Amino acid sequence: MNRFTIAILVNNEFGVLNRITSMFRRRQFNIISLAVSETESPTFSRITIQSEGDTVAKQQLINQLYKLPDVKSVLEFNPEETVSRELLLIKIANNPDNRSGLTAATEAYEGKIVDYTKDSVMIQMVGDSRKITNFVNLMRDFEILEICRTGIISLERGSSTITKNVFI
Amino acid sequence: MKLSGSDIIVRTLIEQGVDVVFGYPGGQVINIYDSLYKFQKELRHVLTAHEQGAAHAADGYARATGKVGVVIATSGPGATNLVTGIATAYIDSVPLVAITGNVPTTVIGTDGFQEIDITGITLPITKHNFFVGSVDKLADTIREAFRLAKSGRPGPVLIDVPKDVQTAMYFYQPQPPIQADEKAPAKEVRILQAADCINAAKRPFIYFGGGLITGNAQEELLELAEKIDAPLGCSLMGLSGIPSEHPRFLGMQGMHGHYACSMAMHRADCIIALGVRFNDRVTGNRAKFATSAKIVHIDIDGAELGKTVNPAHGLRGDVKKTLRMLLPLLDAVKRPAWQDEIAELKAEELRNQDNRPGMTPRAILETVNRYLDDDTPVATDVGQHQMWAAQYLKFRHSRRFISSGGLGTMGFGMGAAIGSQLGTGQRSVLITGDGSFGMCLNEMATAVSERIPMVILVMNNGVLGMVRQWQTLFFDRHYSNTTLDQRQTDFVKLAEAFGARASRALTLEELDGALKAAFAYDGPYLIDCAVDKDEFVLPMLPPGGSMDDIIVRIGD
Repeated sequence: MNRFTIAILVNNEFGVLNRITSMFRRRQFNIISLAVSETESPTFSRITIQSEGDTVAKQQLINQLYKLPDVKSVLEFNPEETVSRELLLIKIANNPDNRSGLTAATEAYEGKIVDYTKDSVMIQMVGDSRKITNFVNLMRDFEILEICRTGIISLERGSSTITKNVFI
Repeated sequence: MKLSGSDIIVRTLIEQGVDVVFGYPGGQVINIYDSLYKFQKELRHVLTAHEQGAAHAADGYARATGKVGVVIATSGPGATNLVTGIATAYIDSVPLVAITGNVPTTVIGTDGFQEIDITGITLPITKHNFFVGSVDKLADTIREAFRLAKSGRPGPVLIDVPKDVQTAMYFYQPQPPIQADEKAPAKEVRILQAADCINAAKRPFIYFGGGLITGNAQEELLELAEKIDAPLGCSLMGLSGIPSEHPRFLGMQGMHGHYACSMAMHRADCIIALGVRFNDRVTGNRAKFATSAKIVHIDIDGAELGKTVNPAHGLRGDVKKTLRMLLPLLDAVKRPAWQDEIAELKAEELRNQDNRPGMTPRAILETVNRYLDDDTPVATDVGQHQMWAAQYLKFRHSRRFISSGGLGTMGFGMGAAIGSQLGTGQRSVLITGDGSFGMCLNEMATAVSERIPMVILVMNNGVLGMVRQWQTLFFDRHYSNTTLDQRQTDFVKLAEAFGARASRALTLEELDGALKAAFAYDGPYLIDCAVDKDEFVLPMLPPGGSMDDIIVRIGD
């Protein structure tokens, strides 16, 4: 199934995220990744969701989103025209045998060590999802203690914005 | 002028043109009921026996009038009792505003007495819902609820109002009733493409649903049918949309639809679908549904386009305005060959017509037909009687067939018949079965106390007939929990115990006499009408089947 990413501009009120995810649940759309944040306007929040499905399912998903009164705009990203990023925090067991391997991999991936103790190393990394996944896979050679990813956030390249189709 | 929140609620309802509300009091709406007492001259409140009945009554009122139905219930169980009624309205796109009380904001979230998260519970069965946390937002929230309920594709909206918001004081300024959003026609380019498709068709079929009634497009529909010389069929929700006796009308399509209608749709090369949503009771096996047809689908709800069937042309827009733009683009044609084929299908249907003597479902409902006025609203419950009513009753005016189509809610009918009577001022008729009637017969109390002129025809076969029919056909006659004859309920005595009138009909003569008495009485009148337990609803398209699997006669 094809993966796709959409951004949803919604009213910045309590319970709105629940309304969105409830629709996904009810109609059995899968959420692969979810990121929610405030926006340039205090009136709106922005929800970025990665989901999967064929073209018909994707269109149905977008149509159903537009039926929710709290949804002001939905933007489907064309990967070619989009900058997408995720943030990873990963905690690896620290021991004398793996230190050099860890730091080499982190440098190669342009990650950053943000916490360093006798027993653990925490690495931060920003990048597209594939880079993050590759790095996590690389880390499986070491002892991974904990992983946390933010989920994808995306913006279109150029001056275009999601508010261009707001139909309030 | 400063008013209490509860006064604001009632005043805003009056301001929005509401003339009757249905409901049931309780601890967290006692203030609203005090305000209803204060404004009782301007707003009638109908007390039902149960909140579910109130929700169905508001729904029946809305279906019969096109106006927004309003229901009020208390927190906790009062609110949850609305759920079936709200869901029924949601699936059938009925404009409804439900107002529930809740515990004070200081208690919310602490599992207080009769506290329930009703906005959470009704999230998937409302167009939208509101929790009103402060009195300054109350009036505008109610107005917004009315706007949402009646705009676009209508639906229910719930407003949950904590008790302290009902008692708080705030300024209130009356406003004119809020208007539904302007509905735009489909995009012109889409209409042009659809016109080409229709003009290229040899065997067009027009298929309409409840959206045609909501969209008020009867005139355009008939113009379209004349111009392209096409037959008309409808979904259950489309019934009464055009007069049943219209020469182009083949009746209802679907699992228990009219044979000629289902076959014509199956053989069509172009289906023009108006305000209808192709659910599984319509399509049967989707892969085999109308395989030779291109579908032109017009609906106000864009999410319906391509949801279950893939239309060649999906047009999102107001059905009336879209048809107005489409009509001049269509070639006026005569299609004698296609009409001959339709006539042959109708003849085939007629040959299979149930002409047995005695109390057959057809004979019963044909007898009822003789008593229906042009404006009589007919409500049904759900099951065999509902399908028979859909097949045999004749309607002349729109919004006169009131039935739970999408949710299939047994128990819908009593409330709906009461609500549609109050909405139209016409005597209503309820066609029900002994199973469905048993679910909400408590509303007899409402019908009696409000002295509702209504005829309740219980098609009593002593079984849950529709499930029994499936058990006969698909479950080796294992009649698991569908036989009710040990209940020994005497519906005549029961009705009389409620203070209604009643009689029993074992023959068509008795039925005719009972109907005569019922239609002469100005209150609720129940007729316990005997039906054999092995009557079938036919034709039947087995679930998941195609037109090749249609059962026209038992033994086929």
